[in-house]
Amino acid sequence: MKLIAAMSGGVDSAVAAARAVEAGHDVIGVHLALSSNPQKYRSGARGCCTIEDSHDARRAADVIGIPFYIWDMAEEFHDGVVEDFLAEYAAGRTPNPCLRCNEKIKFAAVLDRARAMGFDGVVTGHYARTQISDSGKTLHRAVDHSKDQSYVLSVLTVEQIEGAIFPLGDTTKVDIRKEAEARGLAVAQKPDSHDICFVPSGDNAGWLRDRLGSEVGPIVDQDGVKIGEHKGAYTYTIGQRKGLGLTVPTADGSPRFVLKIEPVSNTVVVGAREDLAVSTMRGERAVWCGPAVTAQLQRGFVQVRAHGAALPCSYFFDGTLLTALLDEPLLGLATGQAMVIYDGDRVVGSATICETE
Amino acid sequence: MVEEALIAMTAQLARLGNPSSLHTHGRATRKTLEDAREVIAKEVGCLPSEVIFTASGTEANNTALKGLYWQGRDEGKHVVVISSIEHHAILDPAHWLEVHEGAEVIQIPVTHDGVVDLEFLTHLVTTRGNEIAVISVMHANNETGVIQPICKVVEIAGEIPVHTDAAQSFKKVPLSFAELGVYAMSLSAHKTGGPLGIGALILRRAVEIPALLHGGGQEREIRSGTLNAPAIVAFAAAAKSKYYDSAKVSTLRDSFIAGISSALPEVIVNGLKADRLPGIVNITFPGTQSDTLLLLMDAQNISCSTGSACSAGVHEASHVLLAMGHDEVSAQSSLRFSFGATSTSADVDFAVSVLPDVINRGKAANLS
Repeated sequence: MKLIAAMSGGVDSAVAAARAVEAGHDVIGVHLALSSNPQKYRSGARGCCTIEDSHDARRAADVIGIPFYIWDMAEEFHDGVVEDFLAEYAAGRTPNPCLRCNEKIKFAAVLDRARAMGFDGVVTGHYARTQISDSGKTLHRAVDHSKDQSYVLSVLTVEQIEGAIFPLGDTTKVDIRKEAEARGLAVAQKPDSHDICFVPSGDNAGWLRDRLGSEVGPIVDQDGVKIGEHKGAYTYTIGQRKGLGLTVPTADGSPRFVLKIEPVSNTVVVGAREDLAVSTMRGERAVWCGPAVTAQLQRGFVQVRAHGAALPCSYFFDGTLLTALLDEPLLGLATGQAMVIYDGDRVVGSATICETE
Repeated sequence: MVEEALIAMTAQLARLGNPSSLHTHGRATRKTLEDAREVIAKEVGCLPSEVIFTASGTEANNTALKGLYWQGRDEGKHVVVISSIEHHAILDPAHWLEVHEGAEVIQIPVTHDGVVDLEFLTHLVTTRGNEIAVISVMHANNETGVIQPICKVVEIAGEIPVHTDAAQSFKKVPLSFAELGVYAMSLSAHKTGGPLGIGALILRRAVEIPALLHGGGQEREIRSGTLNAPAIVAFAAAAKSKYYDSAKVSTLRDSFIAGISSALPEVIVNGLKADRLPGIVNITFPGTQSDTLLLLMDAQNISCSTGSACSAGVHEASHVLLAMGHDEVSAQSSLRFSFGATSTSADVDFAVSVLPDVINRGKAANLS
């Protein structure tokens, strides 16, 4: 196949490209420039898409022996990922930008462009697997569960999965680093990137405050009684306990947790731990990574964080919302997070959580 | 690199001797090096003493622009005039002078065909001539190949020092330092079939400008540093070589333009009405993005170029095409094709044959 390998400058995408070449594909390396004003160097494990990263990607492509180009996706990334991230926080929700990037950039803008240019698909260094079954190509967890990235890929449609190649899903990260070393790739020991790539300082709250302002608002208890103030409701997350700065103690001295964020009134609602418990979640904008979920109740697992646990549940889709009924209640679940349904290791689909109870 | 240059360089690499040394080996190298200087001087129409070797065309440009500015500033002149289509090796030092050395930089606009606006320059010199330290206008543009009217620039400039970056022109079109009448001219060996890492600043005799590099006092104390004899000898060999047949190359270019224009009537050949170098053509393909086209052409083993890239390698709209009146979108839909001494009509036919499909895919990718 003729493939585009998305190369971030990290070890995973470099090995993925090398493996695709070895598998006999005709591969071209492409580094996505996602910032119109990139930093020169990475600071620690944070951020990506620096000039240094693009050099690392180019060097890896040269060592592998494939052509290499840089595609400017800064505008698409800003509009589809950064703006969405801000809008979600402004709406009191907790988004996952990596998921949005896969949905709108890597397997949309890039894949579409690649296909228009005559390529068959996009290779990435994601830890996930695909399998061909009677119902087509399906998406599965990586064998290395600690590195599994199927959660952030759960926004891919069947058509996008058709064009996605994940060569690393059958290997552990430790072995990928060894393989990179053996292949002579200088990025073999490059630190993993963490956090949000477009917030290089790692200070999400500060980054949001610079862009959304820091309007003071009330912190209230469940009866609506004001017990404190905050500087920007969006800097809080559901289930947060520390850093609330509350001076009015509860009657029994038990700690308070963030239960709810109300963006319109700029209010943060706090309450007791048990009030965080969620047993039902509903999600909108459902995407199926294989056969569509129906109104018929099915058994499976739901995962609500990138590296969270798979929680046993029953689920169904009523045509608008995807509903998951948890066997055991979960503490602290924010709207905006993705709920990803698994059937064993297979990713069934996902939706953006809009209601919990 | 042309064969004569390769042979000359290899032979010189095997010889010992610093040309600044006074002993026999040193004198031998000095002799060879001065022979080379005379060859280049003859080819470029200047005196041997007017040739100052540098490590690149960029260094020659920096030395000339900064040196002439500093010299002028000592006389109270702080304006640097450049054309709006200069290579970054002039644009960036000019910007640096503005930020760090108190210069006021004025850019001469160009016509739709990419030729400097002489009326603008005339008006500028008439109104502010006594403030201008240096005027720098390239001899021919590297992106469009459009040749600039340097003799007229010199005429308008009068007593004001004029520098021209002739890296693109040397050996491609007739070039004479003396006939142009400029104060300074930059050359780059690898643009003429010579090696990388060697260039020259041709600087009028008795014009002494402040140096960028200080040290051993070589090259009229304007460019200190041990002379790179093997590269200089190879530069001279390339300069003397007759490998480049301008008439043949321009015929290839014209047949490429004819082929493309007939296959894809919507294309725009930039600077078509101006005098141009034989080997460069810049074409706008409406509805495409040039980085996509470059990738697709590369896959066909055809190398062409987009305007420029930022430090992160992201393709940017060419400042040259923007100056010629293109908007960002059409500037980003343009490719530069270069033809060299070794290009053949079969190469041209092949490029013309693959372009329609490349353009179609490019248009589809642009819409995706």
